[in-house]
Amino acid sequence: MKTDNKIMLTGNKAAAWGARMAQVEYVPAFPITPQTEIVETLAQWFADGTLQGKFTNMDSEHSMFMAAGAAAATGVRVFTASSSQGILHGMESLYTITGWRVPLVLVNVSRALATPITLEPDHNDVMSTRDCGLIQLHAETCQEIFDFILIGHKIAENPQVCLPVLVNMDGFYLSFTREPVLIPDKKTILKFLPLFEPVYPVFQASQPMARASAVFGGSTYSYFKMQHNLAAHHAEKVFNDATAEFSELFGRTYEPAEKFHMDDADFVFVMSNSFATKGKAAVLKLRQQGIKAGLLKIRLFRPFPVAFIAQALCGHERVAVIDQNLAPGMGGITYPEIVSSLYPYENRPKKIVSVIGGLGGKDITESDFMSIIDHMKNSDSKTPLYLFDQEDQRAFQRIQKIANVKKEVSSS
Amino acid sequence: MTALAGKYKKLKDLHPEEAITPGTGLCAGCGGLDGLRLALKELGENVLICNAAGCFTLLSVYPFTPLKGSWLYTTMGAPVPAAQGVRDALDIRLQHRELPDKEDLLVMTVAGDGSSNDIGLGATSAALHRNLDFIYFCYDNEAYGNTGFQLSAASPYGSATQTAPNTEFHPAGTEFFKKDLFEIWKAQKPTYIATVSPREPIDLSNKFAKAKTMSGSRMFICMSPCPTGWGFDPKESDLIAKLAVDTGMFPIKEYFEGQVTHTKRPQRRLPVEKFLQRQKRFRHLFEPECRHDIIENIQSHVDEYWSHYE
Ligand SMILES: Cc1ncc(C[n+]2csc(CCOP(=O)(O)OP(=O)(O)O)c2C)c(N)n1
Ligand code: SF4
Repeated sequence: MKTDNKIMLTGNKAAAWGARMAQVEYVPAFPITPQTEIVETLAQWFADGTLQGKFTNMDSEHSMFMAAGAAAATGVRVFTASSSQGILHGMESLYTITGWRVPLVLVNVSRALATPITLEPDHNDVMSTRDCGLIQLHAETCQEIFDFILIGHKIAENPQVCLPVLVNMDGFYLSFTREPVLIPDKKTILKFLPLFEPVYPVFQASQPMARASAVFGGSTYSYFKMQHNLAAHHAEKVFNDATAEFSELFGRTYEPAEKFHMDDADFVFVMSNSFATKGKAAVLKLRQQGIKAGLLKIRLFRPFPVAFIAQALCGHERVAVIDQNLAPGMGGITYPEIVSSLYPYENRPKKIVSVIGGLGGKDITESDFMSIIDHMKNSDSKTPLYLFDQEDQRAFQRIQKIANVKKEVSSS
Repeated sequence: MTALAGKYKKLKDLHPEEAITPGTGLCAGCGGLDGLRLALKELGENVLICNAAGCFTLLSVYPFTPLKGSWLYTTMGAPVPAAQGVRDALDIRLQHRELPDKEDLLVMTVAGDGSSNDIGLGATSAALHRNLDFIYFCYDNEAYGNTGFQLSAASPYGSATQTAPNTEFHPAGTEFFKKDLFEIWKAQKPTYIATVSPREPIDLSNKFAKAKTMSGSRMFICMSPCPTGWGFDPKESDLIAKLAVDTGMFPIKEYFEGQVTHTKRPQRRLPVEKFLQRQKRFRHLFEPECRHDIIENIQSHVDEYWSHYE
């Protein structure tokens, strides 16, 4: 195990270091809060010769993802980053380049989507990419961000995957929080992730080819989609192989989901990203009070590790799936995925409730976790539970009141 | 410096090799395809085309391609950013990864006027700002052809399109004049800009031959008579292309080192009617009654243009 260098890094800096140690060769970029620090750092490193290759300032995320995909199809190791509105603006390109089956890593720093416009995090941005066919890894800590970028390149470049990998972190809570991060030495990293050598033909004069040609007829279209689906599913095995090798070389082990005090848990929170840290603190608190709580933190979100999750949750009485996203008119986006993963099993949890909270960066507090436990206990609790209480209502009314006072003054 | 010296004088001087083989799904008499064919004869096989959604997307339908070079279909709005990514990656490999020079590609964008004038213009402007080393080929059929001939910013005043039909209240059909893409590009001072016509193959070939020797952004607008959308018999495609030039409606010119040169000046400009009356999209200007007022507006617009040069 090599732990050469332990430094304090924000999530954003950890992401930049991940790209640096992966020796990425090309970064097309476009700024957006809270991601900007990543591309600023990389711009500096390309400009001062720390990194070899090219950093190109693009004109939009639509252009940026397209350039990223095209460069990957031309045989260089590509990294880029975005967030929120940037993901939506680039969505057409994201679907396009995943269909091209090209390897690259992109970091999304989660930020809630307009409207209303805000800078603070939730997961509707990353969930919008759920179905576009990329691989998704969600990070709770700065160390995970760094490690997932190395692992991400390894998965993306696997000849049986060939897909973009998205590494997600929460804006502010992680992007701007400093944590100690172990940066392994270059030589060991090279063992895990050698310089990029494409296995399949890439654009160059001796290899003329037509890519992404139009298709006629559902069969041809479906064929390519089935291929894409198989590759995405196969990425779970590739993830497990890559993390096993990673564990051997670096001593940190990553399963598709992390089981925290799960063994005897009667109440399980299913969470992801940085708020899982809050969930873990609540689990410890609850256990002090004699409540057997546990937490399952999802790391690999695409492909969805159905069997792993079912195996982790079956046998536990009550499960709360905490979604920091909202599909209005339906509810939480990951909840149905968890439920359908469990449906075939007879020993599935008796109660699986949906919880929606943390929207637009709203904190999930200790008392929120208590009310989730109550919600799980309550036999006729209707799902979902929205973490929006009297106190939130009052906070909103307070700011409304300020505006109303002004209005009265101006109209009098 | 004025016009660059041309390497070809006669048709039989043109490059004998074809880089685009016959048998594509495009319409018979497609002027744009003729233009691209002539361009690729000159540019050769070591070309990668980043294509925008449009008629020409159907050049490569899986598992076929008529091209001897490479092809990458992108989206309607981002063929140029794709060209940027490919160019950047090739440069990185040439510089740092020992890619031999002979493996380099000429990167090209092929896009319709809709992509070029509308949805893709912002990204193109950004690439011009970066002086992207590429060739841009806009085939200008003056509408969104692939979706069935709707208005684009290149649709000419007085033409009927599916989304700007002529009616009692809108007798002209299209009520705005065509966007001047040449001048828009020129404002950013790219290396080279040219307009070309498939009916002027020597002029066209000379321009691509010159562009091939340059680096930076080299921009082309190819007038592209479109029998399907414009409403004429495919066999008249050449005639329509010729009339576009002879009436002065489509000026054939180039921009290089700050100078604009008309490389094929109409000797004596024919009245615009000669061009208009052969096409269904302008029929409402002649039937059921002649709309002299609209035709006069078109003529004045052309006259105004040439008043700066004649
Ligand atoms: C984002 C997006 N919007 C709309 C379309 C539908 N569409 C496909 S081709 C096309 C017209 C393209 O027009 P133009 O660039 O002039 O090329 P042409 O079809 O005339 O060859 C449109 C609107 C699309 N493919 N993508
Ligand atoms: S519609 Fe017009 S531009 Fe499109 S392929 Fe047919 S002739 Fe060419």
